[in-house]
Amino acid sequence: MLRLKYTRTALCALGALLAGSVLSSAQAAGTLTIATVNNGDMIVMRQLSTEFEKAHPDIHLNWVTLEENVLRQRVTTDIAMKTGQFDVVTIGNYEVPIWAKQGWLTEIKPDDAYDMNDILPSVRESLSAEGKLYALPFYAESVITYYRKDLFQKAGLTMPEQPTYDQIRQFADKITDKPNQVYGICLRGKPGWGENMAYISSLANTFGAQWFDMSWKPTLTSDAWKATLNWYVSALKADGPPGATSNGFNENLALFASGHCGIWIDSTVAGGLLFDPKQSQVANTVGFAPAPKGPYGKGPTWLWSWSLAVPVSSHQSADAQAFIAWATSKDYVKLVAERKGWVAAPPGTRASTYAAPEYLKAAPFASFVLNAIKTADPNGPTAQPRPYTGAQFVAIPEFQSIGTQVGQTVAATLSDQMTVDQALTSAQASITRALRQSGRAR
Amino acid sequence: MALKTKTSTRIGVTILGWGIALWLFFPIFWMILTSFKSEVQAISTPPKLFFMPTLSSYAEVFERANYWHFALNTVIVSVGATAIAIALAVPAAYSMAFMPSKRTRGTLLWVLSTRMLPPVGVLVPIYILARNTHLLDTCTGLAIVDMLTNLPIIVWMLYTFFREVPAPILEAGRMDGATRWQEMTMVLLPLALPGIASTALLSLILCWNEAFWSLNLTSSHAAPLTAFIASFSSPEGLFFGKLSAASTLAVAPILVFGWISQKQLVRGLTFGAVK
Repeated sequence: MLRLKYTRTALCALGALLAGSVLSSAQAAGTLTIATVNNGDMIVMRQLSTEFEKAHPDIHLNWVTLEENVLRQRVTTDIAMKTGQFDVVTIGNYEVPIWAKQGWLTEIKPDDAYDMNDILPSVRESLSAEGKLYALPFYAESVITYYRKDLFQKAGLTMPEQPTYDQIRQFADKITDKPNQVYGICLRGKPGWGENMAYISSLANTFGAQWFDMSWKPTLTSDAWKATLNWYVSALKADGPPGATSNGFNENLALFASGHCGIWIDSTVAGGLLFDPKQSQVANTVGFAPAPKGPYGKGPTWLWSWSLAVPVSSHQSADAQAFIAWATSKDYVKLVAERKGWVAAPPGTRASTYAAPEYLKAAPFASFVLNAIKTADPNGPTAQPRPYTGAQFVAIPEFQSIGTQVGQTVAATLSDQMTVDQALTSAQASITRALRQSGRAR
Repeated sequence: MALKTKTSTRIGVTILGWGIALWLFFPIFWMILTSFKSEVQAISTPPKLFFMPTLSSYAEVFERANYWHFALNTVIVSVGATAIAIALAVPAAYSMAFMPSKRTRGTLLWVLSTRMLPPVGVLVPIYILARNTHLLDTCTGLAIVDMLTNLPIIVWMLYTFFREVPAPILEAGRMDGATRWQEMTMVLLPLALPGIASTALLSLILCWNEAFWSLNLTSSHAAPLTAFIASFSSPEGLFFGKLSAASTLAVAPILVFGWISQKQLVRGLTFGAVK
């Protein structure tokens, strides 16, 4: 009998505990839930957001930090099902125009004090759809070339002001020293639309290749694509690190920072990390150059921005807009500079940041980054007319799956499971099928 | 000669046993070791075994996130899901073990078949159900889903343990006038307690480590330790030290708990194996 009594008491306690957890989950009025990724700039924003709460005592901020792919999946589910769990979401310029067309995002209308003209035009345009702005940029990135000045000096090489891919290959051959684990070139090899295909799409543009012609027919079996992939595969096989198919941005960052790469062509965001002696063993010897040019020499290069948007499902749109305007304002940049130093200021979004002498002094790579973002031209022309926009991606919903699938095929060429020709033929067939299934192509 | 062979076999088996144990434990050891390295040391090649340990990753993890909030959610969800699952599974297994019908075998197989479905296959319906019942981002919602996920295994395990209890003992209870409830609570449960305890322990471990539903059904209020770990993976920047520190903090309680209760767990799992 006594045992039964204990059992009932335990069950009651458990019920109360679970019921309490339901009650505690109810959204308090004036609480903004912000979904974000875990990277350095976002962490600083979170730390400094207490200043926003002080200025807006009736608004409390609730942070949800998620891994990038999980964030994308969670936020998509939340918005598509109109759950309203998030008031502010961190998304990239790939999602913004697509989601805006779906009617998932609230149009952003900051006041005059925000100084919209200070936002770099290419970044602003990448966050707009049909002339309306749907997100504010927190930071933006493009592509540049990182190289080891000491290795270049030792090999008697000089990095030109504007390198070409042919030159990069020659330099990589000369500085590769495999017995000492120094690899001439490191490039993204991990399959994924945002990993190897981000780099390869950018590479293809400068080689005169593109994803689709004007009738949405894939053009992956073109000579320009063959030249693109042949350069990529042969460079990585001859001068790249072992197991290149496992290397994405972070892995290459680790390799370069620990002195194992001679040249690395990747996102501008790595500049601040490689220049920081706490995170990089090559901080004193890292050099910067623009992204190399291929045979075509023009075409969109690379533009990514992590931006803050307000889903239409948010019940606190006005407060959410006030927060994102604060987090992307000139005053916020100054606040970061005061508290964390100018080198930590969010890069790539505001012209005023690059006009600040303190920033130019603290970040020697700043002019390269600004120039790379200004010339990224994601809406610009490729060698032949194209029906889509985007620099290192194709701004259509199908690209996530198409890009990842082609990324796996490209990785198979690095691991000798396929030849370049086989990979491109296979990619051409799979993309044709995917576009036919989605109804985009006949 | 025979003694020599016996000794060498014993040494061989001992080495093999230790080898497998070390092989299995190595990732956990490396995770703990990495958590005491700086970010630069964590990515250095060749990997460093000897280094000056630092608590900087732990300090940053505690600064960035409220560990205790995540840990409390994990405890509530794991204990809640396990308690409800055991409460439902005991009568189910009792009925199937001692009062089998012609459909019992089929029911048992059907129950197990639900484990064969990939969770992502039912993500959308469960998400919609949770949204419509206001159980998104609540410990109750997550505990119910975890409980349903583990229920088939718990029913199967309890069924196997109950089958080991001789039916005449229960009959003797009935002869003495025990009701079904008394027969179950006063005769069967004390006899099968080691089995029930090990089943509960296994359920607790499975709930503690569950990540798919945690990441999809919770965001902040009910987020458990698996979501806490995931939040330290970064798309851009070095994070191996911090991720290892967060993972060590997340697995430490259940690791210690499992270590303390390993005798009971092994005893329970081998319950009735040798007659």
